[in-house]
Amino acid sequence: MLRLEPRTAAPWWLGLAAPVLAVLATMLAGGLLFALMGFDPVAAIRTIFWDPLFGPAAGYSRPQLLVKAGPLVLIACGLAVGFRAGIWNIGAEGQYIVGGICGAAVALAAYPAEGAWIFPAMVLAGAAGGWAWGMIPAVLRNRFGASEILVSLMLVYVAQKLAAWAAFGPMRNPEGFGMPGSRNLQQYPPAANPELIAGTGIHWGVVAAGVAVLATWLLMSRHIRGFHIRAAGMAPRAARFAGVRPEALVAFCLGLSGALAGMAGLFEAAGPGGQITDSFGSGYGFTAIIVAFLGRLHPLGILLAGLLLALTYIGGELAQLMLSLPAATVQVFQGMLLFFLLAFDTLTRFRIRWGKAA
Amino acid sequence: MILDWTTFLLLLSAATPILLAALGETIVERAGVLNLGVEGMMITGALAGFAAAHATGSPAAGFLGGAVAGAALSLIFAALTQYLLTNQVATGLALTLFGLGLTAMFGKPYEGVKAPAMPGGPLGINWVVWLGLALVPVIWLVLNRTRAGLVLRAVGENHDAAHALGYKVRGVRVAAIAIGGALAGLGGAYVSIATVLQWTEGMTAGAGWIALAIVVFAGWSPWGVLAGAWLFGGVTVLQLRLQAAGVAVPVQLLSMAPYLATILVLVVISARQKYARSASGAAPGSLGRTFHATR
Amino acid sequence: MTASDLFQAQGLTKTYPGVRANDDVSFSVRPGEIHALLGENGAGKSTLVKMIYGLVRPDAGRMTLDGRPHAPADPRAARGAGVGMVFQHFSLFDALSVAENIALGMDAPPPRAELSRRIADVSAAYGLPLNPSRRVASLSAGERQRVEIVRCLLGRPRLLIMDEPTSVLTPQEAEILFATLRQLAAQGVAILYISHKLEEIRTHCDRATILRHGRVVGTVTPRDHSARELAAMMVGAEMRVVDRSGRQAGEVVLEVAGLTSAAGLDGTPLREVGFAVRAGEILGIGGVAGNGQEELIAALSGETTGRPGTVRLGGADVSALGPEARRRAGLLAAPEDRLGHAAVPEMSLTENAILTAATRQQLVRGGLIDHAAARRFAERVIAEFDVRTPGPGTAAGALSGGNLQKYVIGREILQEPRALVVNQPTWGVDASAAAAIRQALLDLAARGAAVVVISQDLDELLELSDRFAALNEGRLSAPVPTEGLTVEQIGLMLGGAHGMEVAHVAA
Repeated sequence: MLRLEPRTAAPWWLGLAAPVLAVLATMLAGGLLFALMGFDPVAAIRTIFWDPLFGPAAGYSRPQLLVKAGPLVLIACGLAVGFRAGIWNIGAEGQYIVGGICGAAVALAAYPAEGAWIFPAMVLAGAAGGWAWGMIPAVLRNRFGASEILVSLMLVYVAQKLAAWAAFGPMRNPEGFGMPGSRNLQQYPPAANPELIAGTGIHWGVVAAGVAVLATWLLMSRHIRGFHIRAAGMAPRAARFAGVRPEALVAFCLGLSGALAGMAGLFEAAGPGGQITDSFGSGYGFTAIIVAFLGRLHPLGILLAGLLLALTYIGGELAQLMLSLPAATVQVFQGMLLFFLLAFDTLTRFRIRWGKAA
Repeated sequence: MILDWTTFLLLLSAATPILLAALGETIVERAGVLNLGVEGMMITGALAGFAAAHATGSPAAGFLGGAVAGAALSLIFAALTQYLLTNQVATGLALTLFGLGLTAMFGKPYEGVKAPAMPGGPLGINWVVWLGLALVPVIWLVLNRTRAGLVLRAVGENHDAAHALGYKVRGVRVAAIAIGGALAGLGGAYVSIATVLQWTEGMTAGAGWIALAIVVFAGWSPWGVLAGAWLFGGVTVLQLRLQAAGVAVPVQLLSMAPYLATILVLVVISARQKYARSASGAAPGSLGRTFHATR
Repeated sequence: MTASDLFQAQGLTKTYPGVRANDDVSFSVRPGEIHALLGENGAGKSTLVKMIYGLVRPDAGRMTLDGRPHAPADPRAARGAGVGMVFQHFSLFDALSVAENIALGMDAPPPRAELSRRIADVSAAYGLPLNPSRRVASLSAGERQRVEIVRCLLGRPRLLIMDEPTSVLTPQEAEILFATLRQLAAQGVAILYISHKLEEIRTHCDRATILRHGRVVGTVTPRDHSARELAAMMVGAEMRVVDRSGRQAGEVVLEVAGLTSAAGLDGTPLREVGFAVRAGEILGIGGVAGNGQEELIAALSGETTGRPGTVRLGGADVSALGPEARRRAGLLAAPEDRLGHAAVPEMSLTENAILTAATRQQLVRGGLIDHAAARRFAERVIAEFDVRTPGPGTAAGALSGGNLQKYVIGREILQEPRALVVNQPTWGVDASAAAAIRQALLDLAARGAAVVVISQDLDELLELSDRFAALNEGRLSAPVPTEGLTVEQIGLMLGGAHGMEVAHVAA
């Protein structure tokens, strides 16, 4: 019989092996799934994982990699900090939407003014909006003990309705011939978040993601607050004994992840998305959860995981175009990836032995 | 005008998916397991149920299909959390994401297809609604008056003690998870077959999450779940009525009502549990904790 | 071994990765005797009884019960064969009623009314009054143990295993328990009694089998040996006697007055607790678990803050300060639970040094951690307190209980506190580590610190402290000098039998 034995210390390479194995297993299972659906599994896997980087259309799709990875990494960095402390913000999607709305609101209020202050003010407003949306579950948990999981998630739906209301109501483009959706910020230069270096896909959101990776890495590995966050996740009582106030930690983690998600939303609204529509949320907030786990809650891992999942987005679109695979293929891949990751993670926490049950 | 018989029937119908899923999750959580994948199991049940009903022309077969699909999906969760000892929160989330993706992928051919007609039942209430109502006392009785229910509660309350007495903690939990999955799948199938009458992507729209909140609201009691489900059925119907009556509030804001109500209820209940600290209505002692039999 | 033995074990062996928990263990128990299983923590007592109760299967060896082979696949089979067990950490379900708890321990429980009647019968027969409909959460430790015992007795066991049953009882409550056990023995039930309390075993047990490092050292009649001799057999060496000399009481350092707090989880609120400890003095605080110990150390460490003026250090009011600020002022603490409270099991010893020594040892500058300094401090603790570990990079959870406890206590002592509060400093620790920890506490006091030792081990308190106070239901008695205090007097200070009735034995 198979039996698990807790490890007291895992070799360092196992921590890297689990995500790699999970990706390989996902490709295998995905190939199997495609074969069952009547597609050529090799061609499908190649289209999703290889062609966006090295295929004939790579020139177009390569910059897209950073465009998609930017928000994922930015959001996941914040989420990972909270997950380390055992604080489950799963409403980043909502914070992303509200951040986008708040940032865009500044731009629309300023329109048609000119000024270098506009874009920084939008970034601040986006971060503040996301922060505020994240602080709602924080306050409700601290004051009343309400589950931050359920509250942050409910707020995703509320934020989606809010975006729809904004797109149909107060933020609707007066020159949009009655179509829902705000003005396109890409066409309002002081508020636009353009591609900074042509052909790379780098915009301010990608820069912010890079900064977030460095900052959260510094926080978690060198700063005493990061140390306290890790301690609180592993042993809450020990953290309190060390002097951590749990309420302050909840507010910090939810506030930080909310602010980063809000910023990601703003960069998207002012950049690649261009406007607030009734379907502004694009699932980045949920995919970022997978990115955070796949990156082992480590900023550098998150960077790699963000790039990988961005690849599946682009590859998925390509596969839809080339092989007419269903659009939701990517979602299934992402779900499977998380399953396999959790399963292979067991290897790092336990030693698997064959033998009689104890 | 607000509460006449037709409105009550609407309320009953709107409450049923949440009632079924929340009853299932009550069983799961009383066994000490937190399965956050309810939304994923519901959406899977919604699609599988719709497909089965469409293929056979029989709503009954559809409900059966929904329940089986929900249970099958829940077994992934059971395998991961009970045998590979993965984190229950993360695994439940993964289940929801996976279920949403899977249904979006396989649901395309069913978009725009009409569901077979639901047969009526006594008092104009269909059989699934009756089943949901009947399950409330049945689950209460099983939990509180039978040996099986006692063992299930014991496992959820203190898995180490239950193990020391020789009970099969893992077996009890896997069974509870599968039952919870079947009920969530059934609830999902009700949405597609009996409420919306068609399949659309993401159609459960958070009902699974609301069901999770209701379990907390209910204090892990089936009767409380019934009250909670009716409350949300009521809010939903009220909101629809207000929309229909042309109230001067934008539709998008009105439709926030069920989610805001969930948060409100969660806050009130959590606050009561936090300050009252009463033994009844408290969470099962081992809820969400991984069980690993060591020496 | 004779034909009259009820239970025999021959050559039982059980190996876990890295440890041989039981090595060729053979012994026997006769009907009607109270048979002690004596040994240090980690000597293999728990593994042995778990094999008898079917929770663990032996790698080698065999057991017989009543002459028939005894190889239970699970506890159910063991119960069927006539083995009952009362666990050290109660295997009870707080949210369930007494009757439900008892039904769970039976394989074929009768209907409710019948079960209640039978509970009443057994309760009356053995003087163990119980209300079947009470929720277990509302019962005292002694009453909870009763539930376990009644649950066992309803299965009519012929061999009853009791795992450290008196660790949660006052001396008076323990007497009541032994009256019940003797009554059972008189009816022919064999009792296997696990303990490391030597005096208790000498007074109450007929025979004792002593385990050391998983092996049987011998089976003796405890009455024929002194506690010292038994301890020597248990430990394998003469016990070291601690050195109490060289201390002089100075100024009052730590002063607590009117300290009241809310109850922690499953705990007892503190009610108007007050005491003062001088420099160079050790105050011992005794009490049965759950009488406010957790709350007291939390209130002193700063995990919970109190009303102004309730905690003073060197005259300064520290009541409103959190743990870090109190450490800065010189008030340090070491809680009972090593894994998860005093230390983070998954973190390395270096990181665990940062946990409490960040401020006083300047391991953090401008918010950034100085990992090199932290490692140096961890290495110092390891060296000076003889912590057996491969190095400071080892996870705290990988250390044995004794070594981790030495590390945790050493971490606080090396910060040279003005006042140190420890809870259960030697709980679950082997004898040599316990002696080292006690000596270190005495030495700290000799250097002029005020020390408060909270413990459930009365012998330890008598050995260490200059004055003794009892914590009972959240109230602290006035401290009295330890010199000349007897165990009986202490027992009364601890609340006596807590109103439990003495068994009415109808011969």
